[in-house]
Amino acid sequence: MKLSDVFDPMKITGHTIVVLARLLSGFTVRWVDCQPDTCQRVYFANHTSHLDAVVLWSALPRHLRAITRPVAAADYWSTGKFKPKLAKAFNALLIDRKEIKVHHSPVDLMIREIGDVYSLIVFPEGGRTSGEEMGQFKSGLYYLGKKRPDLELVPVYIDNVNRVLPRGEFLPVPLLSCISIGAPIFLEAGEPKTEFLDRARNAVRALKGDEE
Amino acid sequence: MDIGLPSLVAWQPLAQISATALTPQTYILLLVIFLSLGAATLVGQILRRREQLSIEPAVLRRFNHRLRVWWMMFAILAIGFLLHRLGVVILFGLISFWALREFITMTPTRRGDHRTLFWVFFIFTPLQYILIGLGNSAPAWLTQGRQIDFYGFYSIMIPVYASLFIPARIAISGDSKRFLERSAKIQAGLLICVYSLSYAPAMLDLSLRGSDGQAWKGSNVTLLLFFVLIAQIADVLQEAWSRLAGRNVIAPEINASRTWEGVMGSMITTGLCGMALSWATPFSWWESGVMSMVVAIMAFAGGMSLSAIKRDRGVTDTGTLVQGHAGLLDRIDNVCFAAPVFYHLTRFYFSQS
Repeated sequence: MKLSDVFDPMKITGHTIVVLARLLSGFTVRWVDCQPDTCQRVYFANHTSHLDAVVLWSALPRHLRAITRPVAAADYWSTGKFKPKLAKAFNALLIDRKEIKVHHSPVDLMIREIGDVYSLIVFPEGGRTSGEEMGQFKSGLYYLGKKRPDLELVPVYIDNVNRVLPRGEFLPVPLLSCISIGAPIFLEAGEPKTEFLDRARNAVRALKGDEE
Repeated sequence: MDIGLPSLVAWQPLAQISATALTPQTYILLLVIFLSLGAATLVGQILRRREQLSIEPAVLRRFNHRLRVWWMMFAILAIGFLLHRLGVVILFGLISFWALREFITMTPTRRGDHRTLFWVFFIFTPLQYILIGLGNSAPAWLTQGRQIDFYGFYSIMIPVYASLFIPARIAISGDSKRFLERSAKIQAGLLICVYSLSYAPAMLDLSLRGSDGQAWKGSNVTLLLFFVLIAQIADVLQEAWSRLAGRNVIAPEINASRTWEGVMGSMITTGLCGMALSWATPFSWWESGVMSMVVAIMAFAGGMSLSAIKRDRGVTDTGTLVQGHAGLLDRIDNVCFAAPVFYHLTRFYFSQS
């Protein structure tokens, strides 16, 4: 390891984020029928807090963090002084939610960006929900699965992070949270879009009730 | 014997050297705990090696797990004592913070409680321990030369200020749904995890007299150690008696393993243990026995109350809600309930002034 690697400011910010996320949200990670792996994956999770992406990214082992990119909204993460730096530190893939063109769709952009190395973290509900009930999934996940059938689609349930930092709040409360990572699903041949999206949503929800 | 680490005391202006210095009794008590933990660990390991055994493996596993927790507690406490008064206060402050975290995680709150919770975690909890830390040895610049015992503040800060602030702050948030219930949950969390537990480090500031009326020569650290030890012994004996002679379960809906026989047996045997350890306290042998019985009863009360909360939430351990964390609250519920009672009885009957 080179000296510049150790003192790389981006890496230091990355480590600081991980430590902060760990202290603040006190998360535990459960790998349910799934193991950490460097194969290309799309982690899709319920979305209830601004911290979700950071917490889920921090919950991955270090060697996976380096090759996993959270997909985030450009209109939120590219404003202000601090947020773009933060987004860069965990190598976020910023997507413009407003200007969606036919040949420049977010899904195409994602596929181009990940190449054959990176994994993604997506929140298919689109916006954050209040945390009581999960919203319907947007179709992006379906098209990702269709265009890249080799990607493992991994459901993740993020529990209690919405109480650490609910929407509209800026001061976090350090409760304990839990991240459950479930068994990968794949798009079946000829499976209709709505059926697949429902199946994906249920896969996330199944991790919620799974109490040991 | 003088203080073990004079250099450490030097950089701690708050350290009260007379009452919190480690005396020979402290070392003997630490040694007694160390030896009994060692013996228990040895037995546990030997039993684990044996293949054919009449004891259930689950019981043995729990026993060994518990021993590991105690070793950890023992190590943490010992480190805390090495850092003297301030170290103990900070140590208990961190324990309170974590316990409160588990408590609030376990109890559902609503969006409207968020700001209140922020106050509870980042204002009231640290403030309580800062006040305990100031105690009766606050620096002169703060008290302006007056002799102030912060007992007058920390003994009421949470019951008066915090518990009135909490409902008001929730009301301001504008969510009226289950208002009283939500206030009570947060108040209870603060009372059990922070206020009650903070009386354990507050013991270090008591100026005590023996039952003969003379000032007590011993160290308050020994008294704190005695208290924690008795609370743990009470829990173990309660479980042991319930297992050996348990017939009548107290409340099967709350906790299926706590029996009247267990409670009575634990009370009496803990009392005997307390008598045997009276040399570590300012109490005479019978006073020490009675105090230990009180601690045993309060430890039982704490265990029952926490069981009721957990049962209401449908969890078996405070730790299972978030898997991987051994529930800290499960381990210290006895200390939480017993600390304020032990403190106030000691203060009332054995205080010098």
